[in-house]
Amino acid sequence: MATADFLLDYLPIIIFLGLAFVIGVGFLAIPALVAPSDPDPEKVSAYECGFNAFDDARMKFDVQFYIVAILFIIVDLDVAFLFPWAVTLFNPELGVDRGFQVFSFWSMFVFIAVFAIGFVYEWKKGALEWR
Amino acid sequence: MDDLWNYLISRPTDAGWLNWLIPTVLQTVTLMVVLLVALAFILLFDRKVWAAVQMRKGPNVVGAFGLLQSFADFLKFVFKEIVIPAGADRTVFILAPLISFMLAFIAWAVVPVGPGMVVSDINVGILYLFAVSSLGVYGIIMGGWASNSKYPFLGSLRSAAQMVSYEVSLGFVIITVLLLVGSVNMTEIVESQDRGMGILNWHFIPLFPMFVVFFISALAETNRPPFDLPEAESELVAGYQVEYSSTPYLLFMIGEYLNIVLMCALLTILFFGGWHSPIDVYPLNAPWLALLWFGLKVIFFFFLFAMVKAIVPRYRFDQLMRIGWKIFLPLSLAYVVLVAGMLLLFPDLAGHFQSWRS
Repeated sequence: MATADFLLDYLPIIIFLGLAFVIGVGFLAIPALVAPSDPDPEKVSAYECGFNAFDDARMKFDVQFYIVAILFIIVDLDVAFLFPWAVTLFNPELGVDRGFQVFSFWSMFVFIAVFAIGFVYEWKKGALEWR
Repeated sequence: MDDLWNYLISRPTDAGWLNWLIPTVLQTVTLMVVLLVALAFILLFDRKVWAAVQMRKGPNVVGAFGLLQSFADFLKFVFKEIVIPAGADRTVFILAPLISFMLAFIAWAVVPVGPGMVVSDINVGILYLFAVSSLGVYGIIMGGWASNSKYPFLGSLRSAAQMVSYEVSLGFVIITVLLLVGSVNMTEIVESQDRGMGILNWHFIPLFPMFVVFFISALAETNRPPFDLPEAESELVAGYQVEYSSTPYLLFMIGEYLNIVLMCALLTILFFGGWHSPIDVYPLNAPWLALLWFGLKVIFFFFLFAMVKAIVPRYRFDQLMRIGWKIFLPLSLAYVVLVAGMLLLFPDLAGHFQSWRS
């Protein structure tokens, strides 16, 4: 039952998550029971240096944050591709022969080169500049 | 005694589900309690180091040398009112610290603190950590958005951008380690640094530049000074935590410190040989000292984190993004190619790093 054993490794994480949830909810619940609760309009207004809030806080923001998020997705995917490559390339137990190692290295080199070209393009376009 | 220990540390899968469940739950609870109590003292340690650098005494009133300060703080948090701003989205507002706390916690499920002492020894350990630490952004961005206030909103945007940027170079640094190890399992990453020569076999020697990159990225990833821009008090008051009070704030705080200690543990595991002794001779490398070595190394890295907080001035946000994207990313990418190329060029070198398998 190799499949079941392999999945059983993940069950402790679920248990861990459950216990973390219980502790977290416990922490949130204690003040509800023992702490005072006395809201008034001044106390529950949004903090803004003594002013009343001028408008809704969920306002327009710099597009640069979107660009960074998009770049992150691209680069993080590249890293995810590198994981299996890095693990298998020099592992003697897998019996990868030398020719395949060389081929594997150069194919990943091409992959990284394509990524690097894209990265240089982003850089030259100024996607990494904060104004 | 030995039987009990063996029962607790091993989880037989063929002796009925109860014999599996009880040790698992006990291990989980033990790790959690130890972590939370250790965190109380680590917080105090942080403040003491910070105080010592500034020639102050730091907290010294509650308990001997202020040892009970964190517990007093905990009680104070518990007895405070939970204020939820009128304009806030109540569900998300309460959910955000909970998520932040849970994610910081479950990352610890795969961290091996000693030989065989890991709650869940999954074979994709570091990938799991990578995934969970990416999710950590959600807690912060939810908190900032739900508060419906300008400082938290801007703080959470900054924080998300910053964590995301440094995640990338952390990923490439991990790749360089994996090239040497050939396994994603955390226990095997530690074992791979035990090739009989103690400290000389640890990965920080061949990968020293990456160790430095990892350390600095870890500072940025956990919003530690000098990269604590999401909560830069001079410009954003307290960033995404402005509207939080009482235990929701405490949960954010615990989550943040758990992440910091997790980064210290990762530095230990990836570069400093995990639970192994620096000198590989008998009384020092005894199995029952493993936990002590692991703890010492983690405390040492935490000390470095605290020192950096005390002595380095805060970065500006554009400088922060520049160093992340324009320096660390190309540097770590180049090092990945360099390490892979060296190992390919010199098969003996690859054999040397893989020799722990036999």
